Amino acid sequence: MSANVNTALPLEYQTEQNRMNILGFWIFLGAEIILFGTLFAVFSVLNARYAGGPTPKDLFEIKDVMIETILLLTSSFTCGLAIYEMRRHNRNGLLLWFIITLLLGAGFVFMEITEFIHYVHEGATMQTSAFLSSFFVLLGTHGLHVSMGIGWATMVIIQILKRGLTPVTARKTFIIGLYWHFLDVVWIFIFTFVYLARMVA
Amino acid sequence: MAKNTKGFPLTHVLGFIMSLVLTFAALGVALKTNLSFKTIIWIIGSLAVIQAALQLYMFMHMNEGEDGKSQIINVVYGFFIAFVTVAGSIWVMSFGM
Repeated sequence: MSANVNTALPLEYQTEQNRMNILGFWIFLGAEIILFGTLFAVFSVLNARYAGGPTPKDLFEIKDVMIETILLLTSSFTCGLAIYEMRRHNRNGLLLWFIITLLLGAGFVFMEITEFIHYVHEGATMQTSAFLSSFFVLLGTHGLHVSMGIGWATMVIIQILKRGLTPVTARKTFIIGLYWHFLDVVWIFIFTFVYLARMVA
Repeated sequence: MAKNTKGFPLTHVLGFIMSLVLTFAALGVALKTNLSFKTIIWIIGSLAVIQAALQLYMFMHMNEGEDGKSQIINVVYGFFIAFVTVAGSIWVMSFGM
């Protein structure tokens, strides 16, 4: 670990190594924005190619979409509260909000898988049309990110339980927090340009 | 950066309430009005950008830390490339249809 520790800063920013890791993660998120940008580009080009298959109006249920949106938005909020508690050096508050965040995230993944199963039973699979291929790839990539985030965060929680709040565990918690908020940012655009826009069109 | 370490997490609560308002505003504009498709896309697209910026500032504290400026430039650049990719793809694929 780097020697020049600045205890005036929050735990996650105290060492040079931590500051570099956090900056590095922001650069990774920049690449993630572009990854999702390419998937949005594919969807934007193909979103009206139904090939005789179901259309968004046949498939999308606005109630289920709103439940997913609220679950993910609330989990982003509770994740922010977890980091807030971490900065007050309140380990139990951090863990409580962190676990609530993951439960809400798991609820989101459950809703999304249920939605996909429902679509497949209506004959809307990845192979049905270009619209559905691009839809499942975009939504599936986002859902995979959320699922992996739950696994990643669980491992960070185990580290906090074993080692307590140190500059290293605080940095890891802060970074998974950034990742989690980012997934909600992506969802805002999915909600707007995939669900709402296609239901209007 | 360490300013909100005591008391009530005001910026988080405000960010959450504003995100909810923006989400339901987009829902209302999209499904409860009779505006043209183009108008609706512009309105809900703008609401999405505002909400994304809210998340980045109020939840992710994008501008904090000694590298705050680099972080902002990096994210703005990422969104610029994403926008060019999406808008450029729509534009180039609109020919010959």
